[in-house]
Amino acid sequence: MATSLAPRRSDVRPPLPATAHGPGPGRWPHLRRRLTDNALAYGFLAAGILSFAYFSWYPLVRGITLSFQRDNLITDPQWIGLGNYRTLLADPLFWTAWKNTAEFTGLALLFGYAVPFVIAVLLNELRHFKAYFRIAVYLPVMLPPIVSVMLWQYFYDPGQGLFNTLLHGAHLPTSQWVQSPHTAMISLVLVSTWANMGGATLMYLAALQSIPGELYEAAELDGAGMWARLRHVTVPQMRFVMLVLLLLQIISTMQVFIEPFQMTGFTNTSTITVMTLVYRYAFAVNNDFGLAAAMSVLLFAVLAVFAAVYLRLTRDGEKG
Amino acid sequence: MSKATTAADSAQRSLISAKELARPRNRRLYYAILTLTVIAFAAAFLYPLWWMASSALETPRQFAEQTPTLLPKSVHLSAYKDAWTQMDIAHFFLNTVYYAAGGWAIQMAVDVCAAYALSKLRPVFGNIVFAGMLASLMLPAAALLVPAYLTVNDLPLFHVNLVNTPWALWLPGAANAFNIYVLRRFFDQIPTDILDAAAIDGASRLQVLLRVVLPLSRPVLAVVSIFSVVGMWKDFLWPLLVLQDPDRQTLSVALHRLSTSTTQVPPTEMIAGLTIAAVPMVVLFLFFQRHIIGGLSAGALKG
Repeated sequence: MATSLAPRRSDVRPPLPATAHGPGPGRWPHLRRRLTDNALAYGFLAAGILSFAYFSWYPLVRGITLSFQRDNLITDPQWIGLGNYRTLLADPLFWTAWKNTAEFTGLALLFGYAVPFVIAVLLNELRHFKAYFRIAVYLPVMLPPIVSVMLWQYFYDPGQGLFNTLLHGAHLPTSQWVQSPHTAMISLVLVSTWANMGGATLMYLAALQSIPGELYEAAELDGAGMWARLRHVTVPQMRFVMLVLLLLQIISTMQVFIEPFQMTGFTNTSTITVMTLVYRYAFAVNNDFGLAAAMSVLLFAVLAVFAAVYLRLTRDGEKG
Repeated sequence: MSKATTAADSAQRSLISAKELARPRNRRLYYAILTLTVIAFAAAFLYPLWWMASSALETPRQFAEQTPTLLPKSVHLSAYKDAWTQMDIAHFFLNTVYYAAGGWAIQMAVDVCAAYALSKLRPVFGNIVFAGMLASLMLPAAALLVPAYLTVNDLPLFHVNLVNTPWALWLPGAANAFNIYVLRRFFDQIPTDILDAAAIDGASRLQVLLRVVLPLSRPVLAVVSIFSVVGMWKDFLWPLLVLQDPDRQTLSVALHRLSTSTTQVPPTEMIAGLTIAAVPMVVLFLFFQRHIIGGLSAGALKG
């Protein structure tokens, strides 16, 4: 149909007057122009499509097929069906890793989700030093993660670290921190929270500032005190942001790697997580890429649920 | 824009009204809480960084005494000097700068062209390609770790091994759906009339991109650039996998390797290395904090 071949309004080149082509039908020149336009557009897109194909789309497919294979990069890959998954389920470390990851995520949410909310509400009420608060809370986020983690390793040193020196000075009991299986996980969560809470705090703060002031005024006229206003205005208005951040944090904390990797390594099974186990299977101990891929596929399946909910939510949020 | 919003923000009321705050008792309470918060933030977020920068100024013996001090008793630059030369931090620092600069250039070239094509040239199946790119945002890095490593280890069709080359960082970095999404959203707002006018004046599509679209897009290019450089400077797990040759490692990976190696590095030197790794990010943040904080809240909730 002629209409479908007509140039669209978004086309950069203005349509040439029909007389330019002489008396003949304008159909073929249009088609040719659309073809060259599309070729040009795909020329601009080529590098992008190639990089996604190589480093995103293909690895996704490869990861799934790899999880059904035995592959150590030396001998040819061999199809073993569900063998990797069976090996995983039989490995006690598999269950430890999931239990630890759940524990890390739970604790990280408790600190990294609730504390930034409280801080953001507080900062939103403070009328001075706004720039100082924002910069201070976000500074740790800028540090390379290895720097934060190694810095805290010095703080945690049971003999002469900063924390135990302070606790000792205050006549409080000192701790073994990461070196004891009882306190290792919470110590990792504390570093991670310190290093990452700035982002959540500033997102909460931005959302708090978009709450219309009239809502508070109306509540006040109805006789609502500060706590009632917090409960009936602030919290309901923040519901969407809180939900989005909850999902984002679950997705990121379940992939925790650098804190257990640097601080406790693989020797301490009380802190081995899903990601450190993937690394261990593929690169550190077993050299078994299929097994590591199977572990990744399971993590992906769990995270995909949260990602799908997040996507759904944000899409609805943009419409509404 | 930012000036107007901050003015509106301070005028806007929040949980506690200005009238409530004006009561003498509440005002005293307010200043008490303010002071406490200022001190708590300094202790929690600034002091650790100060401890890091200043501990490296001590001699190893002073460091071992470990009485927390605000100021080092005497200032020695030797730890920084030794870290820079003997620990070879200079070498890893330059590696990281090289990877970040090259990665930034490739990422921008690939992503800007892709976003321009999707936004302004609108080829057939463009939306399907765009959806495929956005879908990758939902893929956690963890899911791709092993197969992406195998991909750079033996690039399909070309059969080259990218491990231990900068390309192992640069090429995967170009596949950045977040950049393309943000750039495309911005390009969509540029009126097509302006591009048409340039085309009538005889500009090619590439010239339109370089001479019209890019100059209009400075703010979004700044945000995307900052996030790209920060992301590459902070990355750890991927460079750890693909840069196994100690000579080619990034600063983060080298610091990890040195911290677990058998040759003992004096703690003050190690901490000097940490400080050197942190300084560029802190400086960048102080310069561009408006961009970074603005991009953060916009990107997280809409991206």
